[in-house]
Amino acid sequence: MNLALREALRAFQRAPMLSALSVTTIAFSLFAFGLFGLVALNLRSALADIEERVEIRGFVAEGTNPEATAAAVGDIGAFPEVASVRMVSEVQALDRARRELGEFEDVFEAGILPASIEVRLKEGFRDPTHVRAIATRLEVYDFIDDIRYGEEWVEKLHRLRTIATAVGVSLGLTFALVAIIIIGSTIRMAVLARSREIRIMRLVGATNGFIRAPFLIEGFLKGLLGGVLALALTWVTFQFVGQYVVQATYFNGGAAVLGVIGGALIGLLGSAASVGRHLRRV
Amino acid sequence: MIRFSHVTKQYPKGGPAIDDVSFHVNRGEFVFLTGPSGAGKSTVLKLIYVEERPTHGEVKVAGQSSATLTPRQIPALRRRLGVVFQDFRLLEDRTAEQNVAFALEVIGTPQENIGPKVARVLTQVGLAAKATALPHELSGGEQQRVAIARALVNDPLVLLADEPTGNLDDRATRGIFQLLKEINATGTAVLMATHDLATVKAHAFRTLEMNRGKLVYDTGAEHPVPADEFDPPVPDPTGATP
Repeated sequence: MNLALREALRAFQRAPMLSALSVTTIAFSLFAFGLFGLVALNLRSALADIEERVEIRGFVAEGTNPEATAAAVGDIGAFPEVASVRMVSEVQALDRARRELGEFEDVFEAGILPASIEVRLKEGFRDPTHVRAIATRLEVYDFIDDIRYGEEWVEKLHRLRTIATAVGVSLGLTFALVAIIIIGSTIRMAVLARSREIRIMRLVGATNGFIRAPFLIEGFLKGLLGGVLALALTWVTFQFVGQYVVQATYFNGGAAVLGVIGGALIGLLGSAASVGRHLRRV
Repeated sequence: MIRFSHVTKQYPKGGPAIDDVSFHVNRGEFVFLTGPSGAGKSTVLKLIYVEERPTHGEVKVAGQSSATLTPRQIPALRRRLGVVFQDFRLLEDRTAEQNVAFALEVIGTPQENIGPKVARVLTQVGLAAKATALPHELSGGEQQRVAIARALVNDPLVLLADEPTGNLDDRATRGIFQLLKEINATGTAVLMATHDLATVKAHAFRTLEMNRGKLVYDTGAEHPVPADEFDPPVPDPTGATP
């Protein structure tokens, strides 16, 4: 292992230009991947913000016994899909309407708005199927007159989310594949540049695993360096966009580390795919 | 130790490189393999160090048969052979001693054993004083000595030499040949492919002559194979140096 690491570092030392070039190529392909990741991340968080507003409102019939509604709030709160349940009294509903629609303040009179039970769902249960299911379960309470949850709006949001996920996954895979192919071809150059050494190693009885190890380490290191460089590039771009275009969210620490490790793994994978194939030709 | 039984090697394009060749080489023997260019000498050597596999027949080296040898077993077999070529095949960016040490490092020899082994073998080939020279600082004969040192450092059963003097002047040729004889005197078998008939004729070693892929003459054919010849099994490739 020691020798494999030394040979891998020697490859960097011996061909600094070629190594710098391949690290830069890898960095740019990972940079494209990272930029796409940032867009996906921001899109996701924007969608999540909107999704948080998904709410089911059950309007309570006038004159309902408060004890009955309180019991219902307790029951509904125990559903596994439910994040929170709130009882909004007639007075509170009026207050809120006046606050939110200031200029029509005079229109609202006491008693015009019904009391309601407002249900918010946990993440992962905000899709049309779950929302509809919960709404149906609220219907069993006699004192609930009407249920609203913006059916059309929930469905559109869900479709948008599905499309965003599909586009995200396919573009992400494409970018990763491109990075793997690029790393594979830089390793191919490295294999060809060292074909003489490989032939000698074979001749004196080095095992294939041993011959492969320095290339795998080289690919891993190049992926790692490329990943760090790509992270720096996305950071610079992010700062620029934040200053001149729009405030956005950046990767958190965990995602950044994961990205760099991902780069290193792509490097390892690219070299593994390339080295076996090219070793046979040397 | 090396046995060819009716071996034919046919490449996809062209006729057979070697055709129904049978011979054996015993431990500690010195054997010339002669014949004009294209006679199949290099193919015979390649079949021995398993760069190629026979199309027909069987090649047996150090107890391992080409019929049963798996790719994973090849490295272990090669550790018991030393090979040198006409073009030396040294790594240009490494010194003489690093070139020799490389052969030990890549088979996982413990670091503390490498230095003494390299020093011993460089002394044996007469290059102790030039251990730190790079290949381009050495003459052709000296470069071939480094290549021989690299082939010897694992104490091979046999040294395979493919036209080792092909690129050398007369003086260097004599020096290299003398060195091969000395190596043979220590018990290592030598199989030397050459088309240098002057060298062959000047020495009374066994000669295998090839022409157009056929073995046309073997001065040692009358010698029987010793019945008690022992071919030790090849160790596991992941194990230490044999």
